[in-house]
Amino acid sequence: MHEVGIMLSALDIAEQQAQAAGATKIHEIRLRVGQMSGVVPEALEHAFTVLKDGTMAEDASLMVDYVPAVCWCSACQREFESTGIFCICPDCKAPSGDVRRGRELEIVSLEVDE
Amino acid sequence: MCLECGCGLPGPTKINGNQEDGVNLPLAPQHSHTYTHSHEDEHDHPHRHVEVQQSILTANDRLAERNRGFFRALDLLVLNVLSSPGSGKTTFLQKTIELMGDSARCGVIVGDLETDNDARRLRTTGAPVVQISTGTLCHLDAEMVARAVEEVGPKTLDVLFIENVGNLVCPSGFDLGEDLRVVLLSVTEGEDKPLKYPPLFRFADIVVVTKVDLSAVCEFDRKTALDNIHLVNPKAQLFEVSAKTGDGMEAWRKYIVELHSQHNPKR
Repeated sequence: MHEVGIMLSALDIAEQQAQAAGATKIHEIRLRVGQMSGVVPEALEHAFTVLKDGTMAEDASLMVDYVPAVCWCSACQREFESTGIFCICPDCKAPSGDVRRGRELEIVSLEVDE
Repeated sequence: MCLECGCGLPGPTKINGNQEDGVNLPLAPQHSHTYTHSHEDEHDHPHRHVEVQQSILTANDRLAERNRGFFRALDLLVLNVLSSPGSGKTTFLQKTIELMGDSARCGVIVGDLETDNDARRLRTTGAPVVQISTGTLCHLDAEMVARAVEEVGPKTLDVLFIENVGNLVCPSGFDLGEDLRVVLLSVTEGEDKPLKYPPLFRFADIVVVTKVDLSAVCEFDRKTALDNIHLVNPKAQLFEVSAKTGDGMEAWRKYIVELHSQHNPKR
């Protein structure tokens, strides 16, 4: 999807937050990316290496916490982790459209200079 | 903006052919732009933790919520219509608006990379239409809709259709402030489209199978297609239509009218 645009926004937010905290340099950016966010992790990491030059995060490392998709089966009244790209209940084999987790696309935290 | 789908650096977005400065911007945000930052400090410092916990698409999400509030205040039902290029979005909307007659006052915001061909086709219905030319950008975002909406005369409308840029990938992550997402699948595209592009189908509220008059000639396997849609999105409301023959269009029209009356029970 929009890994480059998304990474531009992420770097923007990271720089704003680091500045607000009185920092001049970012050492680490930690993201939370859901399995169903539509973002390709490799493309996100590639975008980061290309875009960080000239920003406060130019020497920073990127940490990504991937969140597996968790869906809700209304028939079985249970949550289950999706194994592939579809949400199929492992018990009743019914597809679910109720995605409870896995759409995250967030900046969790930064490590900045003292 | 993205390398994956081939859209380069975004060109100037135009609303009805006008660039930003020439249009009325009631909902458009104040831009904040870059600040300088120095890199002189290269000493080895101990690190400090800064908790952020913020969505990366915050800027778009906030504007989308603002749009949504604006639409709700006007009792406007807003549908974001998405599909791949050539699935029949424009013809489908043209027919929908023609059929609607007096039952709902419709307007359209239509997004394309270039040309106002779709807007001209849609204007033949008599409905107000605003064309957003995105330049090279492969989706609409909440800011573009905010900039375009005043031009469509939202106070006089019941239903606003937003015809997104033809693309099954990129628009999926961008909330525009709509009430519902409508995804079209034409029979010419094959039964496995929902499996190939699950994100857009997964988060659709309504899936419309279009060009059903061509089913036989395309050897379209209806059951497999519907099963595939169900597999990716069992909650989606399904319609099967041909805008050309009118097949299925009346059921769709009634559904929209009903949605609007639920949306606005005062009327």
